[in-house]
Amino acid sequence: MSQQHDTPGSHYFVPDPSPWPFISMFAVFALLLGATLMINDIALGGVIVTGGALLLAYIFYGWFRDVVAENLSGAYNRQVDRSFRQGMYWFIASEVFFFASFFGSLYYIRVIAVPWLGGAGYLGSSELLYNQFEAAWPTAGPGQLGGEFSPMGAWGIPALNTLILLTSGATITWAHWGLKLNDQKTLVRGLIATIVLGLLFVGFQAWEYQHAFAELNLTLESGVYGSTFYILTGFHGMHVTIGAIMLIAMLGRSLKGHFSPQNHFAFEAVAWYWHFVDVVWLGLFIFVYWF
Amino acid sequence: MSTTAPALHSEHEHHPYGWRRWLYSTNHKDIGTLYLLFALSMFFLGGLSAMAIRAELLFPGLQLLDPDLYNNILTNHALIMIFGAVMPAGAGIANWMIPLMIGAPDMALPRLNNLSFWILPAAAMMLILSFIVPFFPGGGTQINTGWTLYPPLSVQVGMSMDFLIFAIHMLGISSVLASINIIVTILNMRAPGMTMMKMPIFCWAWFVTAFLLILVVPIIAGGVTMLLFDRHFGTSFFNAAGGGDPVLFQHLFWFFGHPEVYILILPAIGALAQVIPAFSRKPLFGYHSTVGSMLVIATIGMVVWAHHQYTIGMSLGAVTYFMVGTILISIPVGLILFNFIATMWRGAMTFETPMLFATAMVLLFSFGGLTGVMLAVIPADIQYHDSMFVVAHFHYVLIPGAIYGLFAAVFYWLPKWTGHMYDERLGKIFFWVNMISFNLTFFVQHFLGLAGMPRRVIDYNVIFTEFNFISSVAGLVYGLSHLLFLYIVIKCIRGGQQAENKAWEGATGLEWELSSPPPFHSWETAPQVK
Amino acid sequence: MNTPRSLWTLPLLLAAAPAARAEYGLNFPPPATPIAREIYDVHMLTMGISTILLIGVFGVVFYAIWKFRKSRGYEPDQNFHKTWFGTWSWVIVPAMVLGVDLTIASNAQKVLDKLWVVPDQEGMLDLKVIGHQWYWEFEYLDEQVRIESRALPQEQAGDLYLRDVDNRLVLPTGRPIRFLHTSADVNHALWVPALGMKKDAIPGYITETWAEIDTEGVFRGQCAELCGTWHARMPVVVEAVSPERFAAWVTEAQAAQAAAEAEAAADIEWSLPKLMEKGQGLYNTKCASCHQINGQGLPPAFPPLKDSPMMKGPVGPHIDIVLNGKPGSAMPPWKALLNDLEVAAIVTYERNAWGNDTGDVVQPRDVKAAR
Ligand code: HEA
Ligand code: HEA
Ligand code: CUA
Ligand SMILES: [Cu+2]
Repeated sequence: MSQQHDTPGSHYFVPDPSPWPFISMFAVFALLLGATLMINDIALGGVIVTGGALLLAYIFYGWFRDVVAENLSGAYNRQVDRSFRQGMYWFIASEVFFFASFFGSLYYIRVIAVPWLGGAGYLGSSELLYNQFEAAWPTAGPGQLGGEFSPMGAWGIPALNTLILLTSGATITWAHWGLKLNDQKTLVRGLIATIVLGLLFVGFQAWEYQHAFAELNLTLESGVYGSTFYILTGFHGMHVTIGAIMLIAMLGRSLKGHFSPQNHFAFEAVAWYWHFVDVVWLGLFIFVYWF
Repeated sequence: MSTTAPALHSEHEHHPYGWRRWLYSTNHKDIGTLYLLFALSMFFLGGLSAMAIRAELLFPGLQLLDPDLYNNILTNHALIMIFGAVMPAGAGIANWMIPLMIGAPDMALPRLNNLSFWILPAAAMMLILSFIVPFFPGGGTQINTGWTLYPPLSVQVGMSMDFLIFAIHMLGISSVLASINIIVTILNMRAPGMTMMKMPIFCWAWFVTAFLLILVVPIIAGGVTMLLFDRHFGTSFFNAAGGGDPVLFQHLFWFFGHPEVYILILPAIGALAQVIPAFSRKPLFGYHSTVGSMLVIATIGMVVWAHHQYTIGMSLGAVTYFMVGTILISIPVGLILFNFIATMWRGAMTFETPMLFATAMVLLFSFGGLTGVMLAVIPADIQYHDSMFVVAHFHYVLIPGAIYGLFAAVFYWLPKWTGHMYDERLGKIFFWVNMISFNLTFFVQHFLGLAGMPRRVIDYNVIFTEFNFISSVAGLVYGLSHLLFLYIVIKCIRGGQQAENKAWEGATGLEWELSSPPPFHSWETAPQVK
Repeated sequence: MNTPRSLWTLPLLLAAAPAARAEYGLNFPPPATPIAREIYDVHMLTMGISTILLIGVFGVVFYAIWKFRKSRGYEPDQNFHKTWFGTWSWVIVPAMVLGVDLTIASNAQKVLDKLWVVPDQEGMLDLKVIGHQWYWEFEYLDEQVRIESRALPQEQAGDLYLRDVDNRLVLPTGRPIRFLHTSADVNHALWVPALGMKKDAIPGYITETWAEIDTEGVFRGQCAELCGTWHARMPVVVEAVSPERFAAWVTEAQAAQAAAEAEAAADIEWSLPKLMEKGQGLYNTKCASCHQINGQGLPPAFPPLKDSPMMKGPVGPHIDIVLNGKPGSAMPPWKALLNDLEVAAIVTYERNAWGNDTGDVVQPRDVKAAR
């Protein structure tokens, strides 16, 4: 057990050659190649995507199985643990900037582009192109693309979802706290609660989409409002789903008793990720639904 | 300082061998080598496309290509060179050197390291597919947008654009993962006593670069994602009719694109900060101000992107801000170059190949940078913009900047990597041929731009003939000169005079205390840095 | 180390550039507006400063290369970075660079203000510039004159190929002109160096520039923003004439337009040969850049018309695609750009040229019906 050594330079675990990264190349390639063929509706696209997705799932399984095994065999010292943690921080940071690009676009569209089209500001000559297009938000643009639609109100399901996510943030902290006190029950209960809330959120989101399509005629085609609405909520929903899946994996591991008060990086990583989707949602609620 | 102790841990006794060693590698040196080989082959591919471009521009009129094919080659030339050649080459050297320089056994996350490499070949395949699908029946039109992929033009393009978009996603993922690894390695794996402020500048350069990558790559990923949605799912981010704005994409692209150019140059600057002191036989002048300058470059570089878009009709206030901000970048960059020159000053210089490339970079990058400042001046840029003058500017910063920095690094560390000295005579010949033909190729393009030749045109009026002719002929020589480089490297790998641990008289740093080539596991026990 | 010759020539050549002030092919073409002249001066200023700085850098480095080399037995000064200079250079150098930067910026600023803010005064000429793949359309808003200008084919243009057009953009001297740029399809950019003007034409948006020409003459430029296949074939030719000549030209143009409309409106039966000849002219200027003179197109981008089912099938869809274009492709809607007669002529030509020989004769009224 090299658990004790902490001073850098005491043996830092360098894994033996591993097939997973190499195989990932094929998985990623198949996934994206298939996707390309699919959106250009060319035969085989779907098949290739599924193939890639399955392979990727298998890789995740195998890769993490190796990591868990190494961890349980005590191959990791604190320095390795620190590497994992810092790695996760910066991964989440990059995710934050991915969302930043969408929020930034929303800002640009609402504050600069649409007013210009409405004839305001420096490029105020747009009335040459459109007879009286009133700059307003939400809008489907001068061309009224996608036809009349009504925007998504903030105080129905969105508000409820906000409540759900915030609570789930609390429950995961509760679980973590239980883990710290080596209290298996609280850990498992907290995790289950969080997972349930997460799935609930996704369910509501799906219902909301259905409602938007069916009753509000709010679709991806509904001009720039529809575009920003769906790309932001869509990618967020995707991240919640991924988070929920990771939580389920954590639940499995907690039941197996993998975690100890000292050693539970995986759990914390997932918790951070969950808080991250939580915060992103707050941004969504305020800028997409509310104002 | 200590040198390597025999391996302590059983699982490290045996070395992997055969194809597994490379494909399944978790070893920073092997992965670094993979990166470098990938980068070299991509450089040749991108260069061949450049040769096609120059061949077409040799005379006025349509010689060998049709316009869309020309633009397609142009697009691939840029993307392959930037994402396929320069960035992976930098990452390869980082992989090789950072652990050696900071006294670490390996990168912090070895498997992730290998993943970030293996995504690249997949991305390259997508890129190449995007180039060739149009040749198949039903393959749609060719990518004729240039590497900036501006909509609405990029919305017109056929399915090959989707291949390209996904290729960019992959390249992005790869470089973000690599950056995470580098940051963690530098923060967490330094040998005892190796404080941040004792760390070699090359590591600092990559530290800053990695942050830049993590900040800006996701932005372009988001941008091309929206492009994909506009193309296929009826959204209107970049479509005025729906309330969107084509210019939004330009902002997203350049918010990534301008920091990107510093991502390309900073590792090269870092390499110079190792090479110049070594061959001046005295420590780097102004270590702290160099580190500070790199941080300032990264910071300002993040907020001046719109100097690529002076003609899109921004308000007076906005353009003024972007102009001043851009010009101010000359301060940190100038300070760094000043430090390099001051390092040479009162040193005892010798001019082996690495130092030749380093000196050429100091001089010619200053040149390219100064034309950059000219471009930053809006009233004048109204004339330069999208003319061959811009092309001249950025090849002057990209080639004597990024590429020469990489050449300097490669020749400097080749003995460490291969264990042999390269052929110094050939190295010098390569430098002179390369450097002179480079200048002949691109210097004349300034005049083409000033006289009014736009960029990205397949055909031009006869008044532009002479300079284009010179540029093309010299470009061919310049291109061919790289075959000599290839020969030198292969020769050096095959054999040659055995290199000592400390291959260069003036070299300093931990990497020179390991054997050449270093043992399979670099620093089994960390050295003590005083 | 013998100093590389090409390296020496860099600063020299750069310094030589000012000498070649007016000389064509080395520097900006002679400016024709006050602001373009000021731009030229800013350009020379920054280039001059850069040249001096560059000569400085080269000088210092070459001196160091010559002086501080081991082969001359020079001993490295290990404490150079510890001298007062070493401790303070990080302040001194940036301060100096900042000084130069501010000189450049302040000089640029003066010009920028004039260049950027479009004056809003009486009697300005409002010109709407519309970029198309791949030709320019100009609308004199007050004069109600609309012209299209396309690159001349090599045979006609000769040495001016890619810098000459069929219909020049005629502008008056001594009168401020407001350019209102927009585009019908993708981004373009109108670039006329002599007028110190380049602005992107963005579909769905209007961007503004202005110029007041003070010298008569012909000024040539090109489209500067990559706009697809024939980006290289979008020249602009401005012909600056005295206000009187301009007025004359306007009345002339208006008359021609009126005549064309009258002809189109006149409800007479057109014969095949007449339409064929009319159609050939129109097709070769307006359609041939994509579908080619020989009707073979450039697949996959531009489909062939020779033997195409569309040409041989019923007339309806054929007229429709010409009028309304094909969304998501480079085929634009010609509704607003062609009158009934012109469409009829083109469609008739396409249905009978290159051995399509359907014998169909499309009359203006058929087109009117289809609008
Ligand atoms: C390695 C890549 C690299 C680097 C380092 C730079 C560096 C700089 N670039 Fe460049 N640039 C590109 C790559 C790069 N560029 C590319 C690829 C494009 C084209 C993209 C496309 O459109 O396809 C481009 C285009 C480009 C434009 C847009 C032109 C146009 O399209 O109209 C501008 C405008 O401001 C610009 C400015 C600058 C400036 C001010 C710097 C500064 O960082 C330079 C700083 C350096 C110096 C100033 C020299 C050294 C300093 C001194 C000697 C001290 C004294 C100096 C002064 C007092 C001024 N660049
Ligand atoms: C790091 C980036 C990088 C590098 C290294 C290069 C390298 C070269 N580039 Fe490139 N270039 C760009 C980045 C780069 N370029 C970008 C970003 C653009 C803008 C694209 C756009 O507008 O969208 C561009 C555009 C561009 C143009 C403008 C075209 C146009 O606007 O119409 C031209 C034209 O001369 C050109 C030429 C060259 C040449 C001759 C080289 C040479 O250095 C290449 C030399 C290398 C080799 C030749 C390969 C090695 C040798 C062999 C393979 C041996 C066999 C070769 C022969 C048969 C001779 N490039
Ligand atoms: Cu129009 Cu380029
Ligand atoms: Cu830039």
